[in-house]
Parts: sequence; structure tokens; C-alpha cells
Amino acid sequence: MDHIRLATVWLGGCSGCHMSFLDLDEFLIDLAMKVEVVYSPIADIKTFPENVDVTLVEGAVANDEHLHQLALIRRNSRIVIAFGDCAVTGNVPSMRNPLGSALPVLNRSYKEIADINPQIPSNDGIVPTLLDQVRPIHDIIKVDMFLPGCPPSAARIRAAVEQLLAGQATGLSGSDLRFG
Amino acid sequence: MAVKTLTIDDQLISAREEQTVLEAAREAGISIPTLCELHGLGDIGACRLCLVEVTGIAKLQPACTTRVAEGMVVVTNSQRLQNYRRMIVELLFAERNHICAVCVANGHCELQDLGLAVGMDHVRYEYLSPQCQVDLSHERFGVDHNRCVLCMRCVRACDEIEGAHTWDVMGRGTASRVITDLKQPWGESQSCTSCGKCVLACPTGAIFRRGSTVSEMERDRWQLDFIVTAREKKQWII
Repeated sequence: MDHIRLATVWLGGCSGCHMSFLDLDEFLIDLAMKVEVVYSPIADIKTFPENVDVTLVEGAVANDEHLHQLALIRRNSRIVIAFGDCAVTGNVPSMRNPLGSALPVLNRSYKEIADINPQIPSNDGIVPTLLDQVRPIHDIIKVDMFLPGCPPSAARIRAAVEQLLAGQATGLSGSDLRFG
Repeated sequence: MAVKTLTIDDQLISAREEQTVLEAAREAGISIPTLCELHGLGDIGACRLCLVEVTGIAKLQPACTTRVAEGMVVVTNSQRLQNYRRMIVELLFAERNHICAVCVANGHCELQDLGLAVGMDHVRYEYLSPQCQVDLSHERFGVDHNRCVLCMRCVRACDEIEGAHTWDVMGRGTASRVITDLKQPWGESQSCTSCGKCVLACPTGAIFRRGSTVSEMERDRWQLDFIVTAREKKQWII
């Protein structure tokens, strides 16, 4: 069997889901026999490739670069998985949504509590612009499977990955659906 | 004591005439999801999760406030009901800011448990992300409106068991909020006895003991039932 072309992506999240992925421990060795990691924040690959079988997307949609990435990911991936609570619900990054826009957050972080040189960073084309509302990824693109948890435990990730390896992404159920 | 015979999910069941469909179903081992219902408190049919189909009645009926009747035929778990229940739970998640990962009730939350029960893997509706206050003016307890589902358990526990009626609800629709006294800060409430029954009753992380951090808010709900049983039946049993 050909190797499954696997990508993992890190949008607006803390990387805890990727840490939890590494907690798969010995199973990672079994996995390495069956998948080829074609893109990941833990691999030195600069551009998202074409013809990806499965992409795990960690993090919420928080800036315009994330919108751009998601469009590319969806176009180039057969199966997209919302990986962890931020991707599934918005989670902690979405806690700024009740403030209405990104400006109060930027003002607080870069001006009000700055010790020196208070200014909001802006550099077109280099620093992505924050969206006014942080959104779960299924608001932007079609998602094929949801893997909730903050972070999802290694056992839960394994349950999802094993479904994919078996070619039957039927979705998680029972306690594997618990948010938080 | 008159007995009524009815059918729930194709099971023939005998129930006492004063029982509700929910009570009769539970005695027969048939589980119906609930949220606002809590043993020891009066039933109000607010959350709509226990809606069931009753043959001959076009509208769905809340099992917690519908009395059993002779010859009644009830369905508790049709595909239609499952779809509605998942919608209700998703709408509850979408209406306020339920961020499970940083909630005091994470892992001990009835809303979270309902998500599993109805198979909710994500929320299909747009999150409203309302601005909600957190009132920490009481010296022992706090209320976080981000997590409130308006089940009215606190209102009923305070009114029916404690007899203080500190809690009530103001506003309409998505602007509804539970309030203490005439919307004073909880710590300034003159009617609150600080008994903590609302803390025992709350299904989510909305009402909590101060000092609780993520996942620490566990509740001894049996205490409410214990008080009510002792008062009504003079039985001091757990």
C-alpha cells in the first residue's frame, strides 16, 4: 500500500494538540510505516503541498493568513480534520469575540501594558491582520471529521487516526466527543 | 393509589397516577435526557430536552411535566427527537460563551455530558459571543453569566428549598439573565442566606465556589435531595 500523505497545520492555537500528537509515543513508529508527513510545523517544509490525503488542522481562524491557508488546505486535501477544541469551537482564542473587534485586544496588548515604545505592529504582507471574530474552521471550509479536546488525548487522536488508516472515517463517539 | 398503564418505547409500563412520563420511564429503565430537571425541585419543562412524542397529540410534550395517562403511547427516542435534542444542545453552546477548557466545571458539567449524550461533535450554529458579566461580589460564591443556560435550578432551589427567593430572571430571549434580588451585586443581596443551595443545583460552571479553578467545581447534588426527602417524608436517608 502507498503511504498516506499526512499534513498537520497550526493556526490560532497553542500547539498543545501537536504536543498531544507526539504523546502517541510508540504508536508514532507504527504510524511512520504507514504515513508520509508532507507538511507540518514540526517538519521543515515551507509550502503546503498538493495531493494530500489527510490534513489535521489545529487552532482557530484568527487572522487573514489563516483564511488564505485554509482555502489552500481544503483545495489540496482529501480529508480535513478539525484537530482540537480551537479548530472545532474557537475555544480560548475566541474568548476575545465578545469584545466585538480585534482593536481592544491589540490596544491592551501593545499599548496599554507596554513598557516601552507602545504601538500596534502593522506591516502589510508580513504581519497578518487579526480578524474581528475568531471562528472555528468549519465556518470557513468543509470539515470531514471533528476531533475535540483541549488537547485531545493521545488515545483519542489514535482512535481517529486508526479510523483513517482503516479507510473508514466514520467520526468519533461517546466520551471521545467531550470538549475541554 | 390509582395505577395507570401506558406504553413507552414499546414497553408496557404501570405507573402511579401522580407520576410524570419522565418518572415512569426512569423507573422502567428508559433514559430520557434532561437538563433543567433536578430531583427535589419542582419541574418546569424549560430546557425542552426531555420532549417526547405522545400518540394523538401533535405537539411534542416535555416528559418532566406530562402526567401519565391510561393507554398513553409514548416514544422517547425517535430520529426526530434525537435531531431536536442535538439542536437544543448546540443552541445552548452557541448562545453564551461555554469555553470548556477553562471552565471551573470542566469534566463535571451536565451541559458537557449532554453534548456526549446527543453525539454533538461540533456546533453547527453561529456563536453569538455575547458580553456577559462575572459577579464575584459574594464572599464565598461567584456567578459567571458566560456559562449560564437559564435552567432556573438556582431560582427554584433558592425559592422552594431555602425559601429566600434571592434568585430570579430578568430580560427576555437572549438578553435574559439570572439576577440576585433586584439585580444588585450578589454580595450586597439582603435576602441571600449564603446557604449555597444554588451552588449545589447549578448544572454548569455558572455558579461556583470562589477559589475554584479549572475542573475543580464538583457538586454534592444529593444534598438537595436529602433535604427535600427529610422535610417531606421525615426520612433522613441518602
